[in-house]
Amino acid sequence: MPSHSEEDRLKSPLAKARGLGSAHHGAEHWLHQKITALANIPLILWLVWSIVKLKAATYAQFTAWLASPLNAILMILLIISVLYHARLGSQVIAEDYLSGWFRMSKLIGIRLFFFAIGVACIFSVLKIAFTAGM
Amino acid sequence: MSETIKKVQRPLSPHLQVYKLPLTARLSISHRAAGVALSAGTVLVAAFLIAAAAGEESYNFVMGIASSVPGQIILFLWSAALYYHMCNGIRHMFWDTGKFLEKDVAMRTNYIVIMFAFILTAATWACAYLTS
Repeated sequence: MPSHSEEDRLKSPLAKARGLGSAHHGAEHWLHQKITALANIPLILWLVWSIVKLKAATYAQFTAWLASPLNAILMILLIISVLYHARLGSQVIAEDYLSGWFRMSKLIGIRLFFFAIGVACIFSVLKIAFTAGM
Repeated sequence: MSETIKKVQRPLSPHLQVYKLPLTARLSISHRAAGVALSAGTVLVAAFLIAAAAGEESYNFVMGIASSVPGQIILFLWSAALYYHMCNGIRHMFWDTGKFLEKDVAMRTNYIVIMFAFILTAATWACAYLTS
């Protein structure tokens, strides 16, 4: 909470420099988690339904399915929404249970991990979508 | 200063290990456990997509793993964790609006969440195995 008293204005933000106290990102974090949670519901139901439908698909059938613009777009939206949601959730767990150096490395690792997974997934989807049947 | 605080070994009050966790608490930690499992599972999703992008041979290889008994067990656990996390997540959205927070209501919605997760998982696998 911002305070404008003379005493508060002169206080050194040491707690902030040490990574203690609020970063004031809580509300935004919560909102993003809820928005992606909401988006994940229809996307995941679509994914599970698609997996059941494609359970015995040959390579040609699967790539043709993923090359359809609707399926490719839904898949990429799902990848982004799910991985961002997973990143936010994992971040909270690391912040709650870990401390110090281990927490910091875990927080950095979580960001890099989900970003890398996302790039790998999106590249794969695009490659299949653009080259299927060729 | 922090070193002197660490040296004082004050007794701790009874903690997690001495209580029998109520169902609400067990489902709460299960939500996180399922979330972590699903996060780890994204590696398998990525592996599948990369294999499919690499070509027919690697696609057939991962499809072979997925349709094997261990593969089907992993997929079953994945679907159960997914549906549980989804149903409990929807309950969290109601909680965020300030509804259903009373202890007895939370206890009743525990069973609703478990029931829905069970029904959705069973329905999915019935569809997978009963349709051709």
